[in-house]
Amino acid sequence: MTTKQFMFVNRKAPYGTIYAWESLEVVLIAAAFEQDVSMAFLDDGVFQLKKGHQTKGIEVKAFEKTFGALEDYDVTKIYVDQESLTERGLTTDDLALPVEVFSRAELGKLMEAQDVVLSF
Amino acid sequence: MKFSILVNEGPYTHQASDTAYQFTKAVLAKGHEVFRVFFYHDGVNNATRLTTPPQDDRNIVNRWSKLAEEHNLDMVVCVAAAQRRGIVDEGEMKRNGKDATNLAAGFRISGLGQLVEAGIQSDRLVVFGD
Repeated sequence: MTTKQFMFVNRKAPYGTIYAWESLEVVLIAAAFEQDVSMAFLDDGVFQLKKGHQTKGIEVKAFEKTFGALEDYDVTKIYVDQESLTERGLTTDDLALPVEVFSRAELGKLMEAQDVVLSF
Repeated sequence: MKFSILVNEGPYTHQASDTAYQFTKAVLAKGHEVFRVFFYHDGVNNATRLTTPPQDDRNIVNRWSKLAEEHNLDMVVCVAAAQRRGIVDEGEMKRNGKDATNLAAGFRISGLGQLVEAGIQSDRLVVFGD
């Protein structure tokens, strides 16, 4: 099968809308298809990676654990936008996963190099 | 060029489905190939044949069905997203013990693998949504 570079761009907060969760579902399928998968987190999307999701009060399933499964699917290219972190008072210490941090401009270049960019 | 289209928003609330439809039509008019139109997130709501918009408004669902018929389009609705939102065909009705179906003509329900395949097979995968 042809292997293409798929980048999943996550720009929305983890809860409040279903985009983050349904994005993760496609990521896992793309990985199962043995594609070259990366995930980029920017804007409120950086909150998806924050440690310690507690969703009991809103009665929505927390999917933080699913992020932990990404490595089992060989999804290890997790890119985070530095400016988005800074704007929200976050550092990589707040995040649940090891990530690579890029400036917005660098992230733009990475996007340009992709075959397929899916933005959720 | 070979295109695939991803529609991530439902009809009427959001313009994404309208724009995706117009884009798909334009792509076909220019003589390009459309490998697949995939409906995800609330985009699956474009596939219910039970919508009844006012008569002086566009019928987004019927418009998709007609385009599919004219151009033999492969229009695929994500099964997981459809199950969450109550988009049901004969097979899903039986499998999940429901009492009705509502999938419009020209659509079929299948897995997310179809979206990934569209990304692999197409020169361009164009995403419509927020």
